[in-house]
Amino acid sequence: MTPAIEAPPDEAALADLIRAAEDPLAIEGNGTKRGMLRPVQAARTVSVRALTGITLYAPQELVISARAGTPLPEIEAALAERGQHMIAEPPDLTWLWQGGTQTLGGVVAANLSGPRRIAWGATRDHLLGVRAVNGVGEVIRSGGRVLKNVTGLDLCKLIAGSQGTLAVMTEATLKVLPAPEATATLAIAGLDADRAREAMSVGLGSPYGISGAAFLPVEAASWLPDLAGRSATLLRLEDFAASVSYRTGRLREELARFGEVEVIADEASRAIWRSVRDAQPLAPETDHAVWRVSVRPTSGPGVLAALAPRGVRGFLDWGGGLAWLAGPADEATHAAVVAAAMADGGTWMLMRGPHALRASVAVIPPDPAPLARIGARVKAAFDPKGLFSPGRMRAGAG
Amino acid sequence: MLAQLEPKADVLARRDAIVAGLAALLPADAVISDPLRLRPYETDGLSAYRQVPLAVVLPASTGEVAAVMAFCHANGVRVIPRGAGTSLSGGALPAADAVVIGLMRMNRIIDIDFDNRCAVVEAGVTNIGITKAVAEDGFFYAPDPSSQLACMIGGNVNMNSGGAHCLKYGVTANNLLGLTVVTVEGEVVRIGGAHLDAAGYDWLGLLTGSEGQLGIVTEVTVRILRSPEGARAMLAAFPSLESAGAAVDAIIGAGVIPVALEFMDRPCIHACEAFAHAGYPLDAEAMLIIEVEGSIAEQDALLARIRDICAGFGPISLKVAESAEQSLAIWKGRKGAFGAVGRISPDYLCMDGTIPTSRLPDTLRRIGEMSEAYGLKVANVFHAGDGNLHPLIMFDANDPESFHKAEAFGADILKLCVEMGGCLTGEHGVGVEKRDLMTVQFLPHELAQQRRIKSAFDPDWLLNPSKVFPLETV
Repeated sequence: MTPAIEAPPDEAALADLIRAAEDPLAIEGNGTKRGMLRPVQAARTVSVRALTGITLYAPQELVISARAGTPLPEIEAALAERGQHMIAEPPDLTWLWQGGTQTLGGVVAANLSGPRRIAWGATRDHLLGVRAVNGVGEVIRSGGRVLKNVTGLDLCKLIAGSQGTLAVMTEATLKVLPAPEATATLAIAGLDADRAREAMSVGLGSPYGISGAAFLPVEAASWLPDLAGRSATLLRLEDFAASVSYRTGRLREELARFGEVEVIADEASRAIWRSVRDAQPLAPETDHAVWRVSVRPTSGPGVLAALAPRGVRGFLDWGGGLAWLAGPADEATHAAVVAAAMADGGTWMLMRGPHALRASVAVIPPDPAPLARIGARVKAAFDPKGLFSPGRMRAGAG
Repeated sequence: MLAQLEPKADVLARRDAIVAGLAALLPADAVISDPLRLRPYETDGLSAYRQVPLAVVLPASTGEVAAVMAFCHANGVRVIPRGAGTSLSGGALPAADAVVIGLMRMNRIIDIDFDNRCAVVEAGVTNIGITKAVAEDGFFYAPDPSSQLACMIGGNVNMNSGGAHCLKYGVTANNLLGLTVVTVEGEVVRIGGAHLDAAGYDWLGLLTGSEGQLGIVTEVTVRILRSPEGARAMLAAFPSLESAGAAVDAIIGAGVIPVALEFMDRPCIHACEAFAHAGYPLDAEAMLIIEVEGSIAEQDALLARIRDICAGFGPISLKVAESAEQSLAIWKGRKGAFGAVGRISPDYLCMDGTIPTSRLPDTLRRIGEMSEAYGLKVANVFHAGDGNLHPLIMFDANDPESFHKAEAFGADILKLCVEMGGCLTGEHGVGVEKRDLMTVQFLPHELAQQRRIKSAFDPDWLLNPSKVFPLETV
């Protein structure tokens, strides 16, 4: 059964709806990420898709505000027109599920970040302000439109990544930056994961401002030209053209001991990182589950190695710190992914899987007991009626 | 005088028993209750406000902090975390019925991991201490508040401290990976770690900048970064606030993000020049210090570009440092700005609002008008790239009327910042100083929402009382 989606035309109507609601609501934008995490237990679905439009864009002040339902491509296009970009490079993962166009609110609520996260921070790091409706229908603001603001508790960070379970975001303000004049990718073919991780550490530990560091094992690299069945270790530079050219030269020398360094420029480089950003190299089987595991960068190769015997394939971003994984969609495999993440004290997220699996396993790590108790009280502090997306992150909770 | 919560009479009455209870948990030299020895803890960087606490404890480990918290919780005793006591907003101001938990003995660097570019340090390690520990290997810890020689990372986390270089590197929140926190009940919780992304609620983000309202931070995992090949500054002086403001906009509009972009007005230029003899142009109404990073050639290219942009706005002078020494000289005046103002005025209040950068000239003109109306001088120095203002209001603390005027002037400046679309505090925190102005920025139900979150962590409101939230609404 697909329940009808209610899409209030403005913030006030959304607040009225929430004030009157007594039973759980599944909160979404365009619903592209419905297949992520746990299935929400709610009879009604409320969407912010009718709240659209850029409400403020001041390129000289490096800020943009838009209503939560604004399609992300619209924001990216507006920024590109003024030579700017989203700093955390949020991925478009919609292809993992049923497609569609994701919204700004969805990206912020899921705190999704792309390859640039390793150098420039996550989406939540650039969230300057939000407007949101809490569970009793009050419009609350946190943060603002200025770049530095420590006034009061930072509810922006709490709402970012809360997957719509604390408050319904109606508007978000983000810091943006000038898009780089030039970009280049340094590629080394044929390294194993450990050696690749070393090469990425050398790059990320250099003074040259590496803004992306990924390792694609052989099967994840087959779409790249000229690799002839070898793995790919990729390091990205983004800067003024003269800097990219100078830094490429220096890094080539520093990386020479790992093998021949090929340089891929501008548009070809951008295409590679779009693909890495969107987890395309994962190329999962149709019936495979997909996980995202965040560990310390040096542990990424170990995660791949531990899971390979179980038929789990993947690749590494964030210098080894982010493992994208695909494999059999069953509880045993999920338990193995969890064990691999926990072995390093890292985190996991079930990004895709059949309904039954998503409903029965821990799709993200549990909080330690004292925080779980506090977390339940924080949830109630926002949403005392327990309206928003129950079960989205954890069984029986928000 | 500043209003504080009414001290709990029952706690004051049990003072000796509470001190004895604390003494049973900690080494003898870690509990201070002698009135004379409590005096150094009566204030912080906002020295206009003073209050001797009930006792001070100096735990040396997370376990000791947990024991103290469990004891205080069981006895209904309020607690106040304190690092180096450099808060400019009174964030560590004691209360008569409260125990101050001083974290300065927790000053160990626990782990440095260059491969994963992070370090685990205790809350009492100084900000500069982190950089010093990794500098030999070419790394640094990015946030650099002016007090970085003294201030401690635990305090930086609690206030989400910034610095001159956050235009490029972000503030404290953007440079943290994990925390160890002791809850009000005395439980130890680890949040985050060496990995980049949390799953679930962003506790790390919420705790950062929470001003000691939610828990006691005892250990911090910070990101460390490889230092750039080099850095160099230039100085651009302008005949008006407007032309300097327009130059700032044009630099950023051209896609150049300097690593630092500092703005000083005429009174500040004069104070700094008299103090540091940095060669600042005394005929300028406004001056920018702009710093870029990279190799020498990269620095040259960026500085040439910025110079060209500034040249379009009728500058009085443009001076590009030719060497690291000249660069240091340019910075010398700016870094000594607070001391320089202290030299020409017996006392000053340092404000910390943020405004949208497009409102800079407007805001500075309004501050100038207020200065005349109040009859108090003000010097402006601030981080222009991010609109974070630091007006220094000069007054005489020996004259109560002068102090009250300075407080009122400061409040008017912060209200102006909110009116301009900005906020009360960019990096110093609310503390006690801006507590009663919170209603200027937030509506009552918004403050109530924040208070409910505070209550979720600290149901009895024992943590850092009388700070952040206006008293009448507690």
